[in-house]
Amino acid sequence: MSDTVLAPAAAEPKKKTLRWGDGLSLRWRKHAGILGALALFLVLYLFYQMSHPRGFTGQILIQNANEVFALALVSMAQTVPVLMAGLDLSVGAVMTLVGCIASHLVDGSPTDIALGIVACIAAGATCGFVNGCVVVYGRIQPIIATLATSAIYMGLALILRPTPGGKVQEDLSWAVASDVHEFAATFGLFDDGEATWLQPFAWIPVPLVLLALIILVIWVPFTRSVMGRTVYAIGSSETAAYMSGLPINRAKLAAFTLAGLFAGLGGLFLALQTSSGNADIPQAGAYTLNSIAAVVIGGTSLLGGTGSAIGSMIGAMVLRTISFNFRIFDVAPLLQPLFEGLVLLAAVSIGGLKLLRLKNRLEIFR
Amino acid sequence: MSRRVNATTALWGLRLDPDDKPVAFAVGFVMLILLIGTGYTLYTQGSAPLLQPQYLLQQLQVGSFLGIVAAGLMLVILLGHIDLSVPWTLTAAAMIATAVGGPWAIPAGIGVGLVVGMVNGLGVAYLRVPSMIFTLGMNAVMRGLMVAHTGGFAPQTAATDLMQYLAVARIGDMIPAALLVWLAVSVAVVAILTRTTLGRSIYAIGNRERAAYLSGIDTNRVILVTFALSGAAAGLAGVLLAGYSTKAYQGMGDAYLLPAIAAVVIGGTNILGGRGRYLGTLVGVILIVLLNSVLSIMQMLEAGRQIIYGCVIISMLLVYGRGARVTG
Repeated sequence: MSDTVLAPAAAEPKKKTLRWGDGLSLRWRKHAGILGALALFLVLYLFYQMSHPRGFTGQILIQNANEVFALALVSMAQTVPVLMAGLDLSVGAVMTLVGCIASHLVDGSPTDIALGIVACIAAGATCGFVNGCVVVYGRIQPIIATLATSAIYMGLALILRPTPGGKVQEDLSWAVASDVHEFAATFGLFDDGEATWLQPFAWIPVPLVLLALIILVIWVPFTRSVMGRTVYAIGSSETAAYMSGLPINRAKLAAFTLAGLFAGLGGLFLALQTSSGNADIPQAGAYTLNSIAAVVIGGTSLLGGTGSAIGSMIGAMVLRTISFNFRIFDVAPLLQPLFEGLVLLAAVSIGGLKLLRLKNRLEIFR
Repeated sequence: MSRRVNATTALWGLRLDPDDKPVAFAVGFVMLILLIGTGYTLYTQGSAPLLQPQYLLQQLQVGSFLGIVAAGLMLVILLGHIDLSVPWTLTAAAMIATAVGGPWAIPAGIGVGLVVGMVNGLGVAYLRVPSMIFTLGMNAVMRGLMVAHTGGFAPQTAATDLMQYLAVARIGDMIPAALLVWLAVSVAVVAILTRTTLGRSIYAIGNRERAAYLSGIDTNRVILVTFALSGAAAGLAGVLLAGYSTKAYQGMGDAYLLPAIAAVVIGGTNILGGRGRYLGTLVGVILIVLLNSVLSIMQMLEAGRQIIYGCVIISMLLVYGRGARVTG
């Protein structure tokens, strides 16, 4: 965005370098949150890999990617309403509901499976759309509206799966939770995964490929669309967005639908990975709360207007890597929640340091 | 607070203040729940247990724990913040109270809540971390501390006699002591909100913190005190709940956060702060408690409960909790 804003300045050669420097610092500030989270993740993950007794292996990477995927998608889901200064407390419930649906539908012939997957994705998007309708047409605060709908979705999930169970097709379950080579081999693609051009990518875990695909195919186009820009604008100032003639209501509907879609994809993967559905209320709650933490660690402001789902994905990776490190260092399982909480508090309190730089005390108030 | 006389609405010949509307509707809905529940029991059992004072008092006794949590939470919500640390503040207070025992059990429990609340307040007010995330982190920290303290098991220590008395005793074989504690908390909250500068400051900050600061309110201190009060209320609820079940156990507070938020919001308090009356929260708690008891009389499964619960919150808010249309 900074490019377009600064483009006219290029006409004046003398100021060009100065402006370019300005653009760089603007760009740096814009992405500081994500870069910070990325640095934190890299440090933590390198530390984890270096201290791992078996060293770096593809198997560990696959296992880590599998554990990250669902939380990453739920966090990306949470990001969209947060960008509008809202909050979606139903992401965990939507994930659970779609997981329960998947445990019923994703089995049988290839056509059945394909239809089942489409139904799951549609179910997630529908849940999000319902949230959007309650928020837009009911004019109820997002946090409360989604608190209520999350209860409804959990109820539906409990009807579908009163006890944990179900089944998804085994090949698919195995393929999405392994690396690219195995994926191709399972479905007989690219000479059973032996094609020469595929070899450089063969080690990449499928979940990471899926994450990259989702970001490239859904998230990036969304942020560049009018809807996406409107979502950011609503977060900065809803009144200003309205006065600029932006389609506020449609953008809100789109944002919540997208959140439902992401959360549903997370649930679908969780069902594929665990090969079952489980309407676990505490688990859904934990995913929702962790998603908020991941969003904040990923540099998205809870006040709306700035941030990105990519940051939240990295935030989710940071959260998960912290638990990986616990495993390596034999931190007593009993102490893990304490450390998780302390790390979260420390991470968000660092943001408090910026108060020291404020020249005008009034700026600290919203 | 912002009583707009010119904006009163006429309803059944009554003139209703906008702030009274949620209260009136919630009371009406409580009556509706009682009516439906009584109709159900008359049809299936031929009796009307819901209308017996003894039964209602027992429900209120169970509801008083939720009521005390909601009272504290309402103060924080009026500020425009939220306290997600309630579950483990409550549990920690219960565990510490039973562990300390003796005459200092109750002060220790409430003290734990007070300290957690103060840390929350420090983070939210002085570090300016969004309350949503800071209290979430405190919840995790308290959970971690308590799991480490108990080894992950239910502590073996029992609640003291006084804690059990406050939670289960009946004054004159009729009025539950817990109900009286809830009443005392309620009176205190009403007094704070309507009779003290602290209360006025809470509403002022909830409306616009910048304006409150410019009119000379030490907003950071008010936020700190309010979070401390909310923590103390959660602590008191934990102490009583430990007395009710004679011991503390893991996850005892998990069932209290979301119903408390729902009760506050159903009672007409604006989730963004600055607006709401305590009477509404009181009725909201009664509504949630009665809804739960009617659903359990109907032997509704958990799935049905969740769905009805969600539908009730949405439909109540559709009636009176709608925000203003953005018009520039």
